[in-house]
Amino acid sequence: MNFTNLFRIALRALGNNKMRGFLTMLGIIIGVASVITMLAIGQGSKRSIRAQISEMGSNMIMIHPGADRRGGVRQDPAAMQSLKLEDYKAVVNETRYVAKCSPSVSSSGQAIFGANNYPTSMYGVSPDYLDIRKYVVAEGDMFGEQDIVSSAKVCVVGKTVVDNLFTNGEDPIGKVIRFGKIPFRIIGVLASKGYNTMGMDQDDLILAPYTTIQKRVLAITHLQSMFCSALSEEQTEEAEEEISSILRRNHKLRATDEDDFNIRSQQELSTMMNSTSDMMTVLLACIAGISLLVGGIGIMNIMYVSVTERTREIGLRMSIGAKGRDILAQFLIEAILISVTGGLIGVVFGIGASWMVKLFAGWPVYVEWYSVVLSFVVCTITGIFFGWYPARKASNLDPIEAIRYE
Amino acid sequence: MNAIIELKDIKRDFVVGSETVHALRGVSFAIQPGEFVTIMGTSGSGKSTLLNLLGCLDTPTSGEYWLDGCSVRQMGRNDRAELRNHKIGFVFQSYNLLPKTTAIENVELPLMYNPAVSAKERERRAIEALNAVGLQDRLYHKSNQMSGGQQQRVAIARALVNNPVLILADEATGNLDTRTSFEILVLFQELHALGRTIVFVTHNPELSAYSSRTIVLKDGQVVQDTQNDRIAFAKETLESLPVTEE
Repeated sequence: MNFTNLFRIALRALGNNKMRGFLTMLGIIIGVASVITMLAIGQGSKRSIRAQISEMGSNMIMIHPGADRRGGVRQDPAAMQSLKLEDYKAVVNETRYVAKCSPSVSSSGQAIFGANNYPTSMYGVSPDYLDIRKYVVAEGDMFGEQDIVSSAKVCVVGKTVVDNLFTNGEDPIGKVIRFGKIPFRIIGVLASKGYNTMGMDQDDLILAPYTTIQKRVLAITHLQSMFCSALSEEQTEEAEEEISSILRRNHKLRATDEDDFNIRSQQELSTMMNSTSDMMTVLLACIAGISLLVGGIGIMNIMYVSVTERTREIGLRMSIGAKGRDILAQFLIEAILISVTGGLIGVVFGIGASWMVKLFAGWPVYVEWYSVVLSFVVCTITGIFFGWYPARKASNLDPIEAIRYE
Repeated sequence: MNAIIELKDIKRDFVVGSETVHALRGVSFAIQPGEFVTIMGTSGSGKSTLLNLLGCLDTPTSGEYWLDGCSVRQMGRNDRAELRNHKIGFVFQSYNLLPKTTAIENVELPLMYNPAVSAKERERRAIEALNAVGLQDRLYHKSNQMSGGQQQRVAIARALVNNPVLILADEATGNLDTRTSFEILVLFQELHALGRTIVFVTHNPELSAYSSRTIVLKDGQVVQDTQNDRIAFAKETLESLPVTEE
C-alpha cells in the first residue's frame, strides 16, 4: 500500500479533530517534558556534587598511620609515629601511578597579627599539596624546595585567615604574623574555595613548609599523614595498592601482619554521593515516566473512542477497497503522529522548563542528550504500543456491520 | 458477451445462536453489461444479503459468483477489498461521506487505496467524476455544507471515479424527498444511457418502472425476473411534479 496516501489519510483525519488531537497530545507533551526536566535536575545535582568532589581532589589519596596492634595499651592512631620521611621519599621515588605527593604535619593554634588573633590550623606540607588539594595561589607565591630545605619561616594563608587578621584591608603579602610564638612571613594568599560539601571552610588554613612545622612548631621527626594524587581518578586504586606495598616493605611487615597505616581515597565518598544522586534521578524519572504512561493511556483511550465513533467511516473505507492492513496503518499512523508531534513539543517544553528551573530556582540543571533521545523514543514506542490495539480493532471490523453502524 | 454478474445457485446461511437462518436459498441469475437492474423485496427477503454478496463484502455459503469473470467465492478479505476497489462503485442510502471533508477529497477516496493512481491523476479523475454528476461548481465544498441531494451526487461521483464495471446502489434515494429522489434517478438513467451497469436495491416498487429489469426476492428466492421494455423517463416524471415554493 502506498505509504504517502496512508499518511495523507491519517493527517486529514487528525485535521478534522484538532482539539481532540491536541488534548491527547497534551498528555504526551507533559509526560516527555517532565521526563526531560526531571532527568535534567537529577543530572544537574549529580554534576554539581561531582564538581565539588573534584574540587577537593577526586584523585586524592590520604595516608594516615594505623592503630597500634602490637598488644598492650592501644594508642590513638594520630599519636602513632609509624609514618616517616623515608616513606614519603620512597613513595615519591618508586611509584608509577602517583602524580604528586606531599607529607603533612599540622598544628592548631592562634594566628596573631597586631591586635587581631584568630584560631586556625597550620599545615606543614610540600609545594605539591596545592595541586593535590586543588588550591591556587591568588597573590604572591608558594614556598619552594629551598624553603623546605632551610625550614624557612614563611607561609601561605587562606582567605578566611586573611579576613580575620587583616581587618583594615591591608595587603597581607610580606607581613609577619605569629603562630603560637613563632613568626611567619606571609608570601602568598590562596584563592578562595569556599565551603566543601561537608560544611568545612576550606579557606581557614595556613600552609607552611613541613620541615618548618616539624622542627620549629611540633618538634617531631615523623609525619602525621601524607597526601598523594593518582595520575587520574581511574588509577586511584592502582596507586593505593602501590603505596600500600611500598609502606608494607618499608615498615617490614610480614605477609600475615595487618597494615599499620590507613589509605583512603575520595572514591568512596564520590561513589556514595553518586549513588545518592543516582537514586534521586531514578526516583524523579520514575515519577515522570508514570506521567508518560498516563499520556500513552490517553492516546489509547482517544483512539478507542475514535474507532467507535468512526465505525461507519471505517466501513465505508473498507467497502471502497481499503484492506484491513490499510485501516490498521491509518490508525497506527494517527497514534504515532500524535505521540511524535507531542514528543517533539514535549522536548522543546522540557528543555525550556529545565532552563526556567535553572533561571528562577537557581538549581543546577543539565539536559543530557540521551535523556532527550530516550524520552522521544519512549514516547514513539508508547504511541505504537497504545495505538496498536485500537487500530487492530478497527482493522478487524466487518465492513457490512460497520457501514450500517448507528 | 460475458456477463458482468453471474450467480449460480447461491446459498447463504447464518448461524444465530443454535438456529441456522437461510437468508438465500439458491439464487441464480446473470446481469449483462449495460443493464439497469432493480432488485426488490420486502425486509427479510434476503435482498441485503444479496447486496452484500454482489458487493463482494460477503461470500456465499455455497454456489458460485463470478464478477466480471472473477470467481469471488474462494477469495480472501484482502483480495475482495482489491476487487471492490477496482470493479465496484457503491452508493449508500445515507451517503457515507467523510465529515468536514471537501467533495473532491471524498471522491478521491477510492483512488487513495489504489497505488497505481498518482496524485495528479487522482485529482483529474475526481474532477471529471464530479463534472459527470453536475457538481463542477462545488468541488471544494465540505460535505456538511451540502444538501442531501448534493451529498448523494458526491457519493455517486465517488462510485464512478474508479471507473467500475458495476455500480451498486443500496436504497440510494431512501433518504431523499420525492423531488430530489427523481433528480438522482435521472442521474442514474443518464449513467445507464452511457452504458453503465447498475444494480439498484430498493423496497420501493415504483422505482422499477425506471429500470430495464426487475428482480423480486422473497424468502431468499427469486420469485420474479422481468425485463422492462417501456422504461419510464425520470426526467419527465420530475417535470410533472409540482414545483415546491422556491
